[in-house]
Amino acid sequence: MISRMDISLSINSRPYELDVDVRKSLMDVLRELGYTSVKHGCGVGECGACTVLVDDVAVDSCLYLAVWAKGRNVRTVEGECRDGKLSAVQEAYVEEGAVQCGFCTPGLIMSSTSFIEKNSGTRPSREEIAKGHAGNLCRCTGYQTIINAVENAIKK
Amino acid sequence: MAVGQSHIRKDVRAKVTGKTRYTDDFSMPGMLQAKYVRSPVAHALVKSIDTSAALAISGVEAVFTHADVPKNVYPTAGHPFSLDPDHQDVADRLLLTDHVRFHGDEVAIVVARDLLTAAKAAQLVKVEYEELPVCVNSAAAMAEGAPAIHDGGNIIKSTSFETGGTFSDAEKKAVTVVEGSFSTPIILHCHLENHTAYAYMDDNDHLVIVSSTQIPHICRRIVGQALDMPWPKIRVIKPYIGGGFGNKQDVVLEPMVAFLTTKLGGLPVKLELEREEGLVATRTRHSQTVTVRAGVSRDGTLKFLDLNVISNTGAYASHGHSIPMAAGSKSCNLYPKAVTRFSATTHYANIPAAGAMRAYGSPQLFFGLESVIEEVAREIGMDSVDFRIKNSARAGDILAKTGDLKHSVAMIECLEKGRELISWDSRKKQYADQQGPLLRGLGVASFSYGSGTYPACVEIAGCRLVLNQDGTIHMQIGATEIGQGSDTALAQMAAETLGVEYQAIHVVSEQDTDVTPFDPGAYASRQTYVTAPAVQQAAEKLKKRILGHCQLMTGEDPGNLDLQLGKIIQRGSPEKVVVDLTELALDSYYHKERGGQITAEVSAKTCTNAPSYGCTFVDLEVDVEMCTVSIHEIINVHDAGKIIHPLSAEGQVHGGMAMGIGMALFEELLVDPESGWIFNGNLLDYKIPTSVDIPELKSAFVDTFDPTSPYGNKSLGEPPAISQGPAIRNAIWDATGVKINEIPMTPKVLFKHFKDAGLI
Ligand code: FES
Ligand code: FES
Repeated sequence: MISRMDISLSINSRPYELDVDVRKSLMDVLRELGYTSVKHGCGVGECGACTVLVDDVAVDSCLYLAVWAKGRNVRTVEGECRDGKLSAVQEAYVEEGAVQCGFCTPGLIMSSTSFIEKNSGTRPSREEIAKGHAGNLCRCTGYQTIINAVENAIKK
Repeated sequence: MAVGQSHIRKDVRAKVTGKTRYTDDFSMPGMLQAKYVRSPVAHALVKSIDTSAALAISGVEAVFTHADVPKNVYPTAGHPFSLDPDHQDVADRLLLTDHVRFHGDEVAIVVARDLLTAAKAAQLVKVEYEELPVCVNSAAAMAEGAPAIHDGGNIIKSTSFETGGTFSDAEKKAVTVVEGSFSTPIILHCHLENHTAYAYMDDNDHLVIVSSTQIPHICRRIVGQALDMPWPKIRVIKPYIGGGFGNKQDVVLEPMVAFLTTKLGGLPVKLELEREEGLVATRTRHSQTVTVRAGVSRDGTLKFLDLNVISNTGAYASHGHSIPMAAGSKSCNLYPKAVTRFSATTHYANIPAAGAMRAYGSPQLFFGLESVIEEVAREIGMDSVDFRIKNSARAGDILAKTGDLKHSVAMIECLEKGRELISWDSRKKQYADQQGPLLRGLGVASFSYGSGTYPACVEIAGCRLVLNQDGTIHMQIGATEIGQGSDTALAQMAAETLGVEYQAIHVVSEQDTDVTPFDPGAYASRQTYVTAPAVQQAAEKLKKRILGHCQLMTGEDPGNLDLQLGKIIQRGSPEKVVVDLTELALDSYYHKERGGQITAEVSAKTCTNAPSYGCTFVDLEVDVEMCTVSIHEIINVHDAGKIIHPLSAEGQVHGGMAMGIGMALFEELLVDPESGWIFNGNLLDYKIPTSVDIPELKSAFVDTFDPTSPYGNKSLGEPPAISQGPAIRNAIWDATGVKINEIPMTPKVLFKHFKDAGLI
């Protein structure tokens, strides 16, 4: 039985060569590498706190085996701030007051980032934005300011 | 002006870039992982435990059972210690038990070198149970001859009070009396960060605990009680925390991790709950039965309120009887001219332990109270907003539970504002004669709340300010930031009083009981209210010392000086800069002869409790055939005194409203009444609202200035979650003519009531 595997992948465009336990989720491996923005809220795909982008597609990294990321580029919220400058989505979350305890925030920002990239050039309605974020639970904000932030980021 | 503006939150840039560290984001070399062995039955005695198979696995360090833990029972509720023994919390916990009291109770614990091994070994611990009869609901738990869940029986306490006059006299003056009985389910907090903690020893007799807690200083004391250790030998550190809503106002994991490290030579040991464990084996919101009688005189004056609560606290007391009693006291602020009689009984049952949850018993009580207020208004043919306006508190009313006259009270203005915002009068007419399966309805409900726990508990807060070399200020406060934004609000206050820019204040957010000023923690919607005096006094003190140092430097009389926007100026002439704060700071640190580090520290007690007020207005549509409710418009209006940070204030209201809507329409932990088995202890089956379940949330404020706070503010963290249930219930009644006296008002529940009423 294979228990470990060598994989190469990039995380926020930094190349990695890893020897990973095949049972481990991408969430666990990212956290062990120091990408602690990736949060463990449930471990079974219910909450979205662990959302990252794999080749620009949002996934629950707790349900995604690390070995599946072989050869791919993984994006976490740590990589969205470049040269000390927040991304448009991060900036919009700050401006709209979309952050309280912040535990859902990295996952939500990655969902918003992928949503906006997917819909670039269009003006999604608030209902469509809500639908696009239904996989991320937030118990603090009531989602209103998050939807405001996505609208704001689209305008940026 | 720093206060009243939506400055950038102190923690927000760190949070959007993933830099904030929560408890699980720290680890230590050699950290061991612990895993509980939980009971698969709800009520039983442990006959035997065989740990040999678990211990045989490589990587398992130890297994402990009830036989290994200290025999001193301890309380877990996050209340400050009370000098009055009668007022101390019920001590009914051991670290591990041989008397299982709910499905998921903790009978043993495994410690291993990694989590997978610990989990595997936990499954191999063989426990033999002798099952006992189970009581889940109030009727079963309080029945004659019910099996005793704790020594001394199932009823924890039964108490009552009367206030505002003589009840029997008031009862005689009422000509119309309405009565109703209401039930509320078990609700879960569902903060996104699970409970997690680790502990290690940094000396032979000093313990360090890192935990996701709302109450670091209380945690220190309870761990001391549980392990029989002097409190100062325990150091509790709280990093950033991913929400708590009251569930972390209880000491849950900390005594256990502390015990484990002491048993394992001081090695770091971590206990991180899985989501499924966290939902059932931490705390819940009490399920209650609320009975309300209200009587009015001929002219529509509310004469009396007779409130009774039966509160099911589950397997362990936790906050226990304080929950209904606190809600009862705070409710008296709403209709203070009526005579109120309040009684409550709290009992054990074989369900998960209930504790504190946002608004602490008030959502349950106001569900009953504001439903009956609606009924009594209709009974006498009065518009229910008019009825509330006629009977609500006004400035100058005597508030029975605190005896104060001097607070700001804008309940009536809140109702007037809400009525206007939702176009109450015109929509009432519009919805008067409706036909067909889709029916619109309007609803309203009010609430009152407190801004702390005084006089039930001590209210103490602390603030320390240090002038740094560059003229910025480090601020340490005992108040615990848990996401609500207290660091930001308190920094605004300090900046305001000191005369520096908001940006010049750096808040040390991490709490560490070895160094942080004493404060019991984040609960009771108290923090900005009770910390304000400590911040104001510390800022005044620091300013005085800064001006004093300026005198040493320049010879100027401090009475002629002031600090404005980081510069020392001639009082009244902002253009005449005497010395820049940066220059002064450097001088205070490094001048060889004069001055010293400039600091100020204040610990202050608050002996007032400002009432806060507000209401929910809702316009909704009921699809009678589908038994569904869709909210068209929902507005919360608040009197929270002066609003310190408008954007965060709105955020608190939105979050509370979403929680209140979830409670009203979706959420319920389901427990089998026969076996005590929990059916939906995970986030897939226990439904909290997602982004598509929440309508547009509207909030409005009536700005007042409470004279008991130096900055005029009152509570706002918890109150927004109180009044959605009764407002929605009243709107469904308005739309359909059917009274739903239970929550959650799910399609299943509506079907039952609509069918009974002959609507379907
Ligand atoms: S942790 Fe991955 S969805 Fe909750
Ligand atoms: S901000 Fe706390 S869960 Fe979203």
